[in-house]
Amino acid sequence: MKHEHAKAATQNACKLCNPLGACLAFRGIENCVPFLHGSQGCATYIRRYLISHYKEPIDIASSNFNEETAVFGGSHNLKIGLKNVSDQYKPEVIGVATTCLSETIGDDVPGILREYKKEFKNGSPMPLIIHASTPSYQGSHIDGFHAAVHATVKALAVKGPKQTLINLFPNMVSPADLRHLKEIFTDFAAPVMVLPDYSQTMDGGPWGEYHRIPPGGTPASAIASAASASASIEFGSTIEASKSAAEYLDVMFGIPAYRMPLPIGIKGSDKFFSLLETLTGTKRAEKYEDERRRLVDAYADGHKYVFEKKVIIYGEEDLVIAMTAFLREIGMVPVLCASGGKSGMLKKRIAELVPDMDELGINVRDGVDFVDIEEESKILQPDFLIGNSKGFTMSKKNNIPLLRLGFPIHDRFGGQRMHHLGYRGTLELFDRIVNTVIEQRQNASSIGYTYM
Amino acid sequence: MEQIGILEGRERQVLEKNSGVAQADIACDTSSLSGSVSQRACVFCGSRVVLYPVADAIHLVHGPIGCAAYTWDIRGAVSSGPELHRLSFSTDLQEMDVIYGGEKKLYHSLIELIEQYKPKAAFIYSTCIVGLIGDDIDAVCKKVAKETGIPVLPVHSEGFKGTKKDGYKAACLALMKLIGTGSTDGISKYSINILGEFNLAGEAWIIRQYYEKMGIEVVSTLTGDGRIDAVRRAHGASLNVVQCSGSMTWLAKEMEEKYGIPYIRVSYFGIEDMSKSLYDVALHFPDRPEIMEAAKQIVSEEVKTLYPSLQKFKKALQGKKAAIYVGGAFKTFSLIKALRSIGMSVVLAGSQTGNKDDYARLKEMCDEGTVIVDDSNPVELSKFILEKEADLLIGGVKERPIAFKLGVAFCDHNHERKIPLAGFIGMYNFALEVYQSVMSPVWQFAPRKGGSL
Repeated sequence: MKHEHAKAATQNACKLCNPLGACLAFRGIENCVPFLHGSQGCATYIRRYLISHYKEPIDIASSNFNEETAVFGGSHNLKIGLKNVSDQYKPEVIGVATTCLSETIGDDVPGILREYKKEFKNGSPMPLIIHASTPSYQGSHIDGFHAAVHATVKALAVKGPKQTLINLFPNMVSPADLRHLKEIFTDFAAPVMVLPDYSQTMDGGPWGEYHRIPPGGTPASAIASAASASASIEFGSTIEASKSAAEYLDVMFGIPAYRMPLPIGIKGSDKFFSLLETLTGTKRAEKYEDERRRLVDAYADGHKYVFEKKVIIYGEEDLVIAMTAFLREIGMVPVLCASGGKSGMLKKRIAELVPDMDELGINVRDGVDFVDIEEESKILQPDFLIGNSKGFTMSKKNNIPLLRLGFPIHDRFGGQRMHHLGYRGTLELFDRIVNTVIEQRQNASSIGYTYM
Repeated sequence: MEQIGILEGRERQVLEKNSGVAQADIACDTSSLSGSVSQRACVFCGSRVVLYPVADAIHLVHGPIGCAAYTWDIRGAVSSGPELHRLSFSTDLQEMDVIYGGEKKLYHSLIELIEQYKPKAAFIYSTCIVGLIGDDIDAVCKKVAKETGIPVLPVHSEGFKGTKKDGYKAACLALMKLIGTGSTDGISKYSINILGEFNLAGEAWIIRQYYEKMGIEVVSTLTGDGRIDAVRRAHGASLNVVQCSGSMTWLAKEMEEKYGIPYIRVSYFGIEDMSKSLYDVALHFPDRPEIMEAAKQIVSEEVKTLYPSLQKFKKALQGKKAAIYVGGAFKTFSLIKALRSIGMSVVLAGSQTGNKDDYARLKEMCDEGTVIVDDSNPVELSKFILEKEADLLIGGVKERPIAFKLGVAFCDHNHERKIPLAGFIGMYNFALEVYQSVMSPVWQFAPRKGGSL
């Protein structure tokens, strides 16, 4: 690769910090308050960042470190904080995620939580407390997301009599995607435990009165059943086995884990629907055959617009991997597949789905920032960029159009309602991609074509 | 509806004005209660917002990635020239750096960024973790300053070492190191610095224009559309005019002590306070009466066009009720007056960082029964908005979804705004924004207005 010199500083980061992902995941549990063990700023910044995408109130509590806490340990603050959150929010679950601060001073959070439960056991009803270790100096937001999901399953899932139930660990997808996934399971008449499920908490209706915790999310009791399910499906192919909730359930409770990339594109979605057919012994509903047929038809109608168009795709590694496979099945060339994440698996996973990636000139870079991507773009000359809003700075500067997807979408409306998954999500993506090309052509022509 | 109580330990930070009885002062200036979901940020945030608009410096955040990522291009502070402030730089500390120290990475990052962007100065923000691993950032800054020949200024903004206000002070300390290092040759006797004006949506340009029309030289704006060279000669001005008093009063006091420059507090929001901020500056230069003449001229001309244009809004908004929850208390005073001038009353007023004097004055200004809060949280804000039947909430990004969920109009008076709300034109924009949100027909579908759930 061309510009692979090691930069010391990160410029315009293409990632966020670990605790953000954990807070989002905890919002997908019913009656749960995310709680950051660290400075007040972490909670506030993360709230602000999430609100700008989801447009929903997002309360994240903080243990609010001060100098004394940093010197003598966070035990006192954490306990007071948990007590206050319990009193004010009356949650069923509190999801505690650590930060760089509490991790660096070496707080023994599990020990503090044990003490807390002992000290306050006769007080108000004791919420279930989950602890995820999410130091900001490790990995990125997606690691915090998986850490919270893993910690939740570990804390709540208990062995029980086998049930007809599928666990779905959908990865960091949009509320619209989550609703769509649940609809698919309903149509298969297959009971499902989705974790996390923030489809309502992060994209809900109006309130008549203030809700301390917004309605929605997967109940703790349902998560408890995860250990007696018949199978787990986990989207994502860069989650280390030791951090995978599906893997944990497989090892501890013998629940078969089916791990696959995010179902984007026809092949990706086929794989998902076939898996559901196998697991449920039921054929997919006719409406999904219809959706697939419409998608195949759309591919035919739009193929010429997109063929051999060059794009740069960036975002979380699992999103980039699945998108790359999809872009290839419509004849586009993702000249750069980039991520701020660094699992070490990005290139390998893309190669598994796109074996001819080298001949096609597909470059893969992990651990990059937007200045790295910008430098690459000068050489690769893409037709447009595909990724979250944060690529807009380089998009504007270099006059390269940006097609927005994933998280965060801070400069457009409705990011939380965007579909990415299944035939339906793929069709939505395909429409938007084709329209990006058409718009580009229309704008570039002085004739003013009214049929494109 | 379920009764929502005030959290134990916060009762003294909430007060409902009642002149009939003796009421204790509101408690404030305290750190947030653990677990209370404060709307505040941290020390780093305080420093970052104050220095953010300095456009020809690089701003390097020393710590893990989050602090830099969440403040990338976060303010609506615009520049008339360089735009280095809109980039996000981080040392992106990793586990090994935490174990072995981040000084080397900081040094290399600085050298690399200074070479790449050729800034006039560099601000280095220390975050929580730097305070723990014991990096000597002062030493690194000194070394890099020597090698590169530009000021490299450490900002001690470890998130947990106090509140946002301490961050303001850390930022001002860095500015104080620059002030006094430039030449004051040619600066007029009739000159000012504009302090605590961040040029959100070009507001500093509006204000500057008024003063220049009055024949006043604006030496520097701290920090809106900020330039290092202008900051360096700020000590040459005759008067400091402080708007965001929470962040900049400390600096004004320091400059008074060190350079003998007096300061006044002003606000550019609303007709009354905007006019006063021009008159007060003119009053400082009594030996040149034409300055006051010009100020009167500006006010009269501006009001002549502004006043009639507000009547439509006033007619529509008459009797509507507002809730205010913003960062600094001084802004609430102006907002109360501005709202009254368009027919609205205030039923809830509060701030994240007000002090004792601020709250005393706030109480004095407010109507009977107005709820006053310090360092509030979403649960309390919602409770009072509903109980007091507010039609509008004025706040920032974090307050916006609370209002919209409850079917209440909202006006963004935070640092992300894209429309200028300062100056006379700002008052028009403010009234328009309030009108557009309060009068929208969409609220008919909100449950509190009878829509279904």
